[in-house]
Amino acid sequence: MADRFQFDSLAAFLAMDGHGAFIWLSYGITLLVLAWLVATPLIRARRVRAEIRRQHRATATSATEESTD
Amino acid sequence: MANPRSFEWFHRLGSPQGFYRMTTPWLPWLAAAALGLLAVGTVWGLGFAPQDAKQGNSFRIIYIHVPAAFLALAGYYVMAVAGAVGLVWKMKLSYMVMKAAAPLGAALTLVSLVTGALWGKPTWGTYWVWDARITSMLVLFFLYLGVIALHHAYSNGEAASKAAAVLALVGTANIPIIYKSVDWWYTLHQPATIKLTEAPSMHPDMFQPLVVMIGGFYCLYALVLILATRVEVLHRERRTRWVRDLVMGGAD
Amino acid sequence: MAAPELPVTKAVRALLARDLTLAIRHRGEMANPLIFFVMVATLVPLGVTPEARELARLAPGMIWVMALLSSLLSAETLFLSDHRDGTLEQLVLSPQPLWLLVLAKVLVHWLVTGLPLTLLSPLLGVMLSLPAAGYGPMMASLALGTAALSLIGAIGAALTVAIPRGGLLLSLIVMPLYMPVLIFGASAVQQAVDGMAPSGPLAVLGALLAFSCLMSPFATAGALRVSLHG
Repeated sequence: MADRFQFDSLAAFLAMDGHGAFIWLSYGITLLVLAWLVATPLIRARRVRAEIRRQHRATATSATEESTD
Repeated sequence: MANPRSFEWFHRLGSPQGFYRMTTPWLPWLAAAALGLLAVGTVWGLGFAPQDAKQGNSFRIIYIHVPAAFLALAGYYVMAVAGAVGLVWKMKLSYMVMKAAAPLGAALTLVSLVTGALWGKPTWGTYWVWDARITSMLVLFFLYLGVIALHHAYSNGEAASKAAAVLALVGTANIPIIYKSVDWWYTLHQPATIKLTEAPSMHPDMFQPLVVMIGGFYCLYALVLILATRVEVLHRERRTRWVRDLVMGGAD
Repeated sequence: MAAPELPVTKAVRALLARDLTLAIRHRGEMANPLIFFVMVATLVPLGVTPEARELARLAPGMIWVMALLSSLLSAETLFLSDHRDGTLEQLVLSPQPLWLLVLAKVLVHWLVTGLPLTLLSPLLGVMLSLPAAGYGPMMASLALGTAALSLIGAIGAALTVAIPRGGLLLSLIVMPLYMPVLIFGASAVQQAVDGMAPSGPLAVLGALLAFSCLMSPFATAGALRVSLHG
């Protein structure tokens, strides 16, 4: 890999010869979408687990209430 | 003996519980691979790959546009095959994979369309062109939306899966027809021989980071698909004992 | 003891006769998509330009777009009334091959929607200043194309028949599948207008029709079973 860093300065890197807005917007949007794609199932999983735990506790308490009759 | 054991492995993978248990150790590796490949590919493509002679720096968008487009199309076939497997072998897990693949593929198609537009403006002067590839991508997006909408429209989850599977399969037949039709129609109306959205012929220095990014996107796709399927498994099997034990036990 | 089975040909003929009779009895409803077709033609001059030369340039494609929209509107009617009165359930449960019954229903549907539309199209040609060379190919392409659209629409209609207000979802699902038909239908007319033979696109339309004839009845039958029995 004989590649060098292609830009002379950070400013040049950000400007990308005038194409900066398009490039950074593209990468930015993609990053956001990919992060959202990963986050969504994780958040939903937490909600599903909480719901299952709530359900289990509800049936468990009603069961113990019955048994103490 | 390898044969019965590998058959058993597939069998276990095919049940919701088996799938959940077996994929748990895969997740950290997939995440690491996806993150690593994407990070390396991005830095390499943005900073170290040489500029294109004609397009300048805007071609760097190719490092996200092409992988997204690949996966958008491949993802549709993943979804359709999962639907077909569900219909033929009545596998619940297959339907769950199909349901997870739909929004994932739609999001990647949208990324491909948006990055394509942002690439087109500085390079060829226009955000949108009705050529074969872009138009086919747009139609692919509509096909995904149809499958998602159909899933949501049915109140019965099982019926929803079957209906969505039928639609996904019908769409599969349509994709090549659409592509050929639009291609024919576009070349009819644009006799100019300049193929506007053809990728520049690539120097290996430009091509290598693309390969890395494609690999990274594939790993990310697999990761998200598995994560989403696992949630669907938890949700659909929430009344079973194994899910209760799993969640209450605090394991995983 | 099980009732004797009706031979297939008798069943299909009975279904055809029933559907045609019902359509003729409700011919007011039959008229709606056709009225829509003509009214939408008025929107183009109002919204774009009334100038004859411009209209002539747009006419081939616009007529086809309007025919497609009318087909979308009428696609929902294929199974809806039968579903409401329980006949659809009977058809799905009957021992005759469902794909054949579906094919019969689609045939009547086309006779009652696509064919009248095709016959009405010269009126739109006049309204939109379609050049003379376009009329024949327009009717030929519409005849073939609306048949294909009926077949393709049947799949969507079957998938959405049990969903309340499924009409809009039907349009969403079916539109991508309609697009190849639109492309070749409009191209046939456009090529004729431009002085070339429309045989190429017409042949492709024929192939699309044949393909839909093969695929759609089975897909529709499967979709009906899913819709009704889950």
